[in-house]
Amino acid sequence: MIWEKLTKIDRRYIFLFIGIVVLLPIVFNLKVSVKISDEVLSAYKEIDNLPKGSAVMISIDYDAASMPELQPMLKAILRHCFKKELKVILINFWPLGVPIGAQGLEEVAREFNKTYGVDYINLGYRPGDVAVMLRMGIDIKKVFYTDLSGRPLDSLPIMNNIKNYDDIGILVGLEAGAMGDAWIQYVGTRFKQKIILGVTAVMAAEQYPYLQAGQIVGLIGGLKGAAEYETLVNIPGTGLVGMASQTYAHLTIIFFIIIGNISYFVLRRKGKKK
Amino acid sequence: MMEVIGIWIACGLTIAILSFLYGDNPIYKFAEHLYVGYSAAYWLIYIWHFEIKQMVVQPIAGRQPGAIWLIIPLFFGLLMLTRWFPRIAWVSRWSIAFTVGIGSGLVLTGGVQGFIIPQVKATLLSLWTGNVWESINNFIIIFGVLTTLLYFFFSREHKGILGAGANIGIVFIMIAMGASFGYTVMARISLLIGRLSFLWDSILRLIRFF
Repeated sequence: MIWEKLTKIDRRYIFLFIGIVVLLPIVFNLKVSVKISDEVLSAYKEIDNLPKGSAVMISIDYDAASMPELQPMLKAILRHCFKKELKVILINFWPLGVPIGAQGLEEVAREFNKTYGVDYINLGYRPGDVAVMLRMGIDIKKVFYTDLSGRPLDSLPIMNNIKNYDDIGILVGLEAGAMGDAWIQYVGTRFKQKIILGVTAVMAAEQYPYLQAGQIVGLIGGLKGAAEYETLVNIPGTGLVGMASQTYAHLTIIFFIIIGNISYFVLRRKGKKK
Repeated sequence: MMEVIGIWIACGLTIAILSFLYGDNPIYKFAEHLYVGYSAAYWLIYIWHFEIKQMVVQPIAGRQPGAIWLIIPLFFGLLMLTRWFPRIAWVSRWSIAFTVGIGSGLVLTGGVQGFIIPQVKATLLSLWTGNVWESINNFIIIFGVLTTLLYFFFSREHKGILGAGANIGIVFIMIAMGASFGYTVMARISLLIGRLSFLWDSILRLIRFF
């Protein structure tokens, strides 16, 4: 009887249960330790091994819908870059990501007392996707004439020694869509640019062939990837805060899957006997 | 005070959207329509500011070197607007042909040079590398690729060796889908964590404010 009741349970109870399981670790500030995966460690090492003053280009290819996963990644990577005294160039291929990227960059730059135009720059958004990527391989200033606020790039010292991808130490694509494929297929292949991808968990499984083929040098997947990077940089952020909720929610879902399967098989057996 | 009002609005809209989990209701509908309207307005502003103004109007008005060439894409762009007039709508096909031509060229080169060739190269692995685990990994990759390809071979009926290979291919596909679905669950929970963290932080901020 109980198995029949379980198969007919109102799904809203499950939503409520998941909601409580996710909320409680946030309220009580519970923490879990995170094991560092090879792909995140590889991304970290690639940035860590860049010589001081190298340029890191970060492409913001997401919007508010993917912010909980990718914004902690952005902040962790920025903290790593500023700690290592690397120059940061932010660009956007998703127009709705412009204010989100700018917010993260300004927040972390303030933490490290970095100067705009010297230590970091925000180039803003340019339409044209692949055409823009390819043109940047010849001359970045031919595509981004000005920064986000309209200042000519020639007037900003950070861009003095940066012409094209040859002057970019590493490219980090924070992706919620297909732009990551374009970075790899056009910029990685044609210009031999080293690429790290930070992607939403939905996309993560599809990026492993690129990693295995050596087309990307590191992969940061979802909130867990962000939490791993925060652990490596040793500055906890929202990624690590969310991992306790993530763990308990996963355990709850696994529990529900097991219960659901047991009820299904029990009821099927009963049905056969009848 | 403005910050408090902002927090109230953001919290209210989050709860309004989450109320759909209980059932469809007018509060959810209001939040949904507000989101659609706001997104449309946001896109409009961005298209004007970043695309039309910065890429066309400013270079031509400022007589930038080479700006004369912008007349060509501008002309093709204007032709797209002829779709509003049924009698001359066919003219828009020139612009579409232009776009399709560029798109095909880019996809072809990107797909072959940037995806197929590197991925095929990455599959040409040695079956014995001297390290047992590495060799097993290489075998799984090669075996997985070949059996999955067999599953998508439809020119002959899946019987005998072909059928057995295709069935093993299904197992690899199912494992890949399982991994992908596991990550999807993680992604959705991450979004819920993001929203609930925001609600909890907002409550704490409001308590501190009052």
